[in-house]
Amino acid sequence: MYKLVVENLAKRFDSRIVFKDISFELTSGESIAITGPNGSGKSTLILCMLSQYRPNKGKVSYLSDQKILSEEEIQQNCGLVSPYLNLYGQLTAEENIKFFTSIRGKNITGNEINDLLIKVGLEGRGNDNVAEYSSGMNQRLKYAVALANKPNILFLDEPTSNLDDQGKDAIASIIEEVRLNSIIVIATNEKEEYSLATNKCRLGN
Amino acid sequence: MPPTSAGLATKCLTMLIKDLRLELRDKYALNAVLMFGITTLAVVSFSLGQSNLPPHLLGALFWIIMFFSAMSGLAHIFIREEDSGTALALRLSAPPDAVFIGKLLFNMILLTVLTLIITPLFFVFTNAPVSSLGSFIPILVLGVIGLCSATTLIAAIIARAAVKGALFAVLSFPIIIPLLLTLVLTTQKLFEGSGVSNVMTELQFLIAYMVVMIVGSLMLFKFVWTE
Amino acid sequence: MWWKLLILVVMSVMIVYSFITPAPQKIIGEASRIFYYHIPQAWISVLAFAMSMIYSIRYLKKRSLSEDDKAAATAGLGFMFCLLATVTGAIFAKVTWGSFWNWDPRETSVFILLLIYGAYFALRGAISDDDKRAALSAVYAIFAFITVPFLIFVVPRIIPSLHPTDSIVDENMKFTMGATIRIIFFSSLIVFTAIYFWMFNLTKRALKIKRHLLNEDI
Repeated sequence: MYKLVVENLAKRFDSRIVFKDISFELTSGESIAITGPNGSGKSTLILCMLSQYRPNKGKVSYLSDQKILSEEEIQQNCGLVSPYLNLYGQLTAEENIKFFTSIRGKNITGNEINDLLIKVGLEGRGNDNVAEYSSGMNQRLKYAVALANKPNILFLDEPTSNLDDQGKDAIASIIEEVRLNSIIVIATNEKEEYSLATNKCRLGN
Repeated sequence: MPPTSAGLATKCLTMLIKDLRLELRDKYALNAVLMFGITTLAVVSFSLGQSNLPPHLLGALFWIIMFFSAMSGLAHIFIREEDSGTALALRLSAPPDAVFIGKLLFNMILLTVLTLIITPLFFVFTNAPVSSLGSFIPILVLGVIGLCSATTLIAAIIARAAVKGALFAVLSFPIIIPLLLTLVLTTQKLFEGSGVSNVMTELQFLIAYMVVMIVGSLMLFKFVWTE
Repeated sequence: MWWKLLILVVMSVMIVYSFITPAPQKIIGEASRIFYYHIPQAWISVLAFAMSMIYSIRYLKKRSLSEDDKAAATAGLGFMFCLLATVTGAIFAKVTWGSFWNWDPRETSVFILLLIYGAYFALRGAISDDDKRAALSAVYAIFAFITVPFLIFVVPRIIPSLHPTDSIVDENMKFTMGATIRIIFFSSLIVFTAIYFWMFNLTKRALKIKRHLLNEDI
């Protein structure tokens, strides 16, 4: 059972306050949708939760059965899909998936990689360089990379950006499958996406 | 599950293999370093013409070529991650120690390749005594390791600062002065005909410098990487 | 308030006495009066850089930007006093050794110190984000500092020192100065240190107010 606790989070860039007094608590099986207009700090909040930004106030903690996770354990348990997260263009899809799982100290077999690629609709393209991918294919591959790690906490920033209808369906069924046992944080303004979430958090005014 | 040292070694190796694979596909850093080194060496050799240089100038010349060639390429390993936007993915998945050690090893390999090409050419183009080549090798090895261990952390700093190449040499130079001065002095002694046994103090100094720089970098790297 | 007046009085008296008493070093003569100013300046620059180092380490431990403000403030003062010591030293070198610059070990060390902190401020100037600037410059300052012992080892091997080693203590660690000289020298040392702390305190408070104004709305 995993738990994500956010307490009184506040972030400021120079003199502009991006958000303040953000607090919520999620356990495995729950999810939260972060909504708000462009520039309201959805991505900043996600990056704060992943400790890529230092909040000016408040704190974020991850727990597994009451035990606080170390930085390395957080790395092993979190996955992120977002437009500003890039994969290695000069590596093939398979090499990307392999690299990002083994750098976390996990193993993945060729069959598992194939299953993942089929799941996100990239079968047969696993040996192509990612630089040759379209932006939609890139987005699909990000899901494959995140899922290869079997994350217990999944962060999705604009989960369906660049995807066609087929891709959206594939992702919807993936989220449907993952949400039963994991914590999901979604930043989005699409109604069908945030209606899935058990909790809501609105940023900006 | 506590991280084990065996786990860390595998992760460092994963990191190194990934970087070597990327480098073999675009050869960016390799080209930069090699072309810079060879061009400088050629210019030096042209301007020397037929004149014979005294050993102390030869030593200085060699390490100046090495230093500036290193400056032209060693930062690329971190700048590439920031430029391609892959640094975020790496920060979210890799332990900082593995990132640093992997990149340090990569830089050492890069500079070793440069040394393997520049050193023979240097002995061909200048009047450096070939007989001293044997005793020169340990200095070369320690010099390469020392240069990398002192500059890899600086490379990480400038990549994070998004100032790119401009500040790399400026920030590295004060830190590398003790190393550079010792290398020049030792090389001069060797070119004048001393054997390795006469430069034992200098060798110990180089080893101590290398160890301190690597330990210091490892302690400080996570502050640079995760900021 | 009283101690600021005290600084004024002691400094004025010290300056007057440094010129009306006999020159501290007979052979060098009048030029040796610079000793009352040069050494305290060099001492302050070392003190200020050491304080900057401590604040940098504290920043990395506590992650509070006020520590970084202090590190930068004292490094700036250290740089200023280091420049003053370099200039006074160069003038003295011209008079006694015949040229402004000789690459004497201490001149070389000061030069490298100026390079390090010049690079430190260049780095600070290049980063706009507060946290990033604080962390990266703290790391650089600490990293540069750990190379100093190597410098002390290697630099004297290149050029032998011209610096007088017996200007304060002799080989038996006894004071070589006469009583008057000693009083003027130490009052100069104390008053310079007091001025440094005063300046540091002012900069520190100004930065604290700025930080407070930025933070009060959260």
